Amino acid sequence: MSKFKKKKSGDLPAISTASLPDIVFMLLFFFMVATTMRETTLMIQNDLPFADQVEKLQKKDLVMYIYAGKPSARYQSQFGTEARIQLNDKFADIGDIKQFILQEKESKREELQNKLTTSLKVDQETNMGLVSDIKYELRKAEAYRINYTTRTGDAAQNMQ
Amino acid sequence: MAKRSAPEVNAGSMADIAFLLLIFFLVTTTIETDAGLNRKLPPIEDQPEDPPPLKKKNIFQVLINQNNDILVEDEPMEIGNIRQAAIDFIDNGGQDCDYCQGKGDPASSDNPIKAVVSLQHVRETEYATYIAVQNELVAAYNTLRNREAQRLFGENFTTMEANFNDGGYEGNKESLEEKITQIREMYPLKLSEAEPKERE
Repeated sequence: MSKFKKKKSGDLPAISTASLPDIVFMLLFFFMVATTMRETTLMIQNDLPFADQVEKLQKKDLVMYIYAGKPSARYQSQFGTEARIQLNDKFADIGDIKQFILQEKESKREELQNKLTTSLKVDQETNMGLVSDIKYELRKAEAYRINYTTRTGDAAQNMQ
Repeated sequence: MAKRSAPEVNAGSMADIAFLLLIFFLVTTTIETDAGLNRKLPPIEDQPEDPPPLKKKNIFQVLINQNNDILVEDEPMEIGNIRQAAIDFIDNGGQDCDYCQGKGDPASSDNPIKAVVSLQHVRETEYATYIAVQNELVAAYNTLRNREAQRLFGENFTTMEANFNDGGYEGNKESLEEKITQIREMYPLKLSEAEPKERE
């Protein structure tokens, strides 16, 4: 133990800063690896179900996202535990979907408007009632192309 | 051990190394893309016409109840068996189907063009179960389409589709599209989804 208490001489040696870039870059790399890009902040639980017959969603700019699931813990006191829909950054009602789709459509160029896909990111514990309500609204808004976004994995994992 | 003053390490090249790594990661990083099951919803009809009469034997009925039990043709079934059951039904080849390899059971579907898979669920069904069943049904069609694509073109249907959607594909896209359409016509994905029944 006495090893560490040696030399109590007065003048402080200058701390070498040569390893500082290492530390900074280590952090940088950690965040580079750990980051996933996400445009919206989720206010709901969003554990997607598994599927293995998946197709990739092409062209991110032509995708509209609808999230659904139980509000996450910090919103539960305000919004309860019943599954809800989230569009962009706020909770929405079933009736808001049509407006949302039309707005999204309007913001795209005309020739691309019928190539829009709606990605349904629905928590696996959600009841199908809500999902089929969403689907009915999408049909009303004439957004027929949908994608049930899933995690890639064995579908049998959904049944547990 | 006597402590000696350590010689100063030259950190001048540190930036070079760091930038080299940074550029390497910049080049190799791909942003994760979402994947899932693509589906097309049917348009809403103002005046629902009477659906064309379908023979009972050409319908493969899958029902998921509120306890997430799966009933296929009114018989309970495990999720693992649905794929094979659906393949047997679609590929049965009762009549007018020269590429089917099924048993030709007269009580099952006539041919893949007439075969319809009907998926029903109640409002209380869990989404995860629904996706699992959807996945198995898509898998059944993909298996059959792959088999025919292998036989006709020596290539998997799923690969063909992935190539078609890939912007960097260097082959002939038009002939690829023709092939895909041909396979799709042989095994059209006919999945009918009724509105969930209200529980009595």
